[in-house]
Amino acid sequence: MSAAAANHSALLPESLREDFPILNGDVLEGQPLVFFDNAASTQRPRQVIDAIRRVYEHDYANVHRGIHTLSERSTELYEQAREKVRGLINAEKRHEVIFTQGTTASINLVARSWGDANLQPGEEILTTVMEHHSNLVPWLQAAERTGAVLRHVPLTEDGRLDMHQFDNLLNERTQLVAVASVSNTLGTINPIDEITAKAHAAGALVLVDAAQSVPHMPTDVQKSDADFLAFSGHKMLGPSGVGILYGKENLLDAMPPFLGGGSMIGEVHLDRFTPAELPAKFEAGTPPIVPAIAMSAAIDYLQAIGIEAIHRHEQVLTGLAFEALSQIDGLRILGPAPEHRTGLISFVFERIHAHEFAQVLNDRFGVAVRAGHHCTQPLHTLLGISASTRASFYLYNTPAEIDRLLEGIAAVQAMFAPKGRRRRKSGK
Amino acid sequence: MPSEEELYQEHILDHYEDPFHRGNLAGATHAHEEKNPLCGDVVRIELKLDGEGEIEDVYFTGEGCVISQASASMLLEALHGKTVDELKNFSAEDMLELYGPRLTPNRQKCCLLSWKVMQSAVHSPIDERSQS
Repeated sequence: MSAAAANHSALLPESLREDFPILNGDVLEGQPLVFFDNAASTQRPRQVIDAIRRVYEHDYANVHRGIHTLSERSTELYEQAREKVRGLINAEKRHEVIFTQGTTASINLVARSWGDANLQPGEEILTTVMEHHSNLVPWLQAAERTGAVLRHVPLTEDGRLDMHQFDNLLNERTQLVAVASVSNTLGTINPIDEITAKAHAAGALVLVDAAQSVPHMPTDVQKSDADFLAFSGHKMLGPSGVGILYGKENLLDAMPPFLGGGSMIGEVHLDRFTPAELPAKFEAGTPPIVPAIAMSAAIDYLQAIGIEAIHRHEQVLTGLAFEALSQIDGLRILGPAPEHRTGLISFVFERIHAHEFAQVLNDRFGVAVRAGHHCTQPLHTLLGISASTRASFYLYNTPAEIDRLLEGIAAVQAMFAPKGRRRRKSGK
Repeated sequence: MPSEEELYQEHILDHYEDPFHRGNLAGATHAHEEKNPLCGDVVRIELKLDGEGEIEDVYFTGEGCVISQASASMLLEALHGKTVDELKNFSAEDMLELYGPRLTPNRQKCCLLSWKVMQSAVHSPIDERSQS
């Protein structure tokens, strides 16, 4: 949308880049780094790196175990992090926030615990064709174990969910709708509020894979009425190894524990055990203590800037990139118009493979993009392609970096254009 | 890190644009196809072995990046007319050497796809009955 593209006043100050050591380091030996692989994982500001060091230097011990000073400090910081996450997504209760290893672990927890306890043969899980493998494979596995059936909402021509088909597919057998709030390949923002309202009316629960939305736009689980919501710390300036499962208290209470071990127990006898209360019930073993505390620092950083402001910044960048890419002959953008997407654009170019884009953009232009299927093989098959190139933006990216990307794309086109080359015969 | 100028040497682009034996092989006795799950590159190799264990003829089809497709062409050109034993002795290192430019581990997978397919293809006779 050119209106969005023109609105440069919505851009965040470039000075915030100074907070990110990796953007200012000499990563590429003299070449400035343009990091456009944020949908896979973001970079960290000094504030998050400092938080990690601070914990290890001053506060670290295992949580919920000792009564010594360090264990108490660690526990307090860890629980403060939980409260921070609660505020970020506006959960009603702090113990509705479970720390996991990441979005994938969160979704698998629900599939194993809720899925195995509730799904009956012939009952249905409704998901979509645009899901990341992490919101597809756990349900394929759950279907295999329980005899439940997986159904998929198709796409409209422009890469949005076909809500008419959603209405048709949702029925009294549907137990769960598992859907991404934002597609990691198409960038499409899905109508989660509408989906939860309709699913609940049909008696189904809703699990939202929010890995691509929580870092980029405001999240309110009470407003959206999502039953489960999963996301990761590393896609929002935090460390890898920590993720969140939000679940409504009554649902989490009714679910059996998933992993067994320390922390998740009330009483243990040689022949039986009782599970702990929430949230410990779902946090067996030593949790990702430092990643969780550092994720809290990342949330502080994001909230100081404002998630809404970050969203507007990305809208400007996406508008600029979309407009310029649309004008390139032979280039096909995957997914909808900018107003229906977040800050990422995947594209394919006839006759030039995504690998060539990623390689040359990196080697000659210092631009890091993703090439491949982005863990959405079924979607790529459906779109009739084997791979695409994805540029995904975040708060530290700039319009000048989009120009660099465009310059690189033009160079790749020139480099790999058919030139009537002839293979030299080998002489055999 | 190798620069892209090295990666995409002229003779490699020549193979990409003007590949050796791209297509299907009528009367093929063996065939195999594989995908690189990382990126979706796919190569299929069809070959004709004579009774003496010689690769009488070989063709490939596929889709993917320059490295995966050009390396297939280079491999077929190198092994055309060789024996199955010579193929077995042709190691992954030999393949990377044949390609030339030094590749990062992820791009090595692109380069070795056709080599893997070729090694399997000689052990994958085409079932005559399923052909009819």
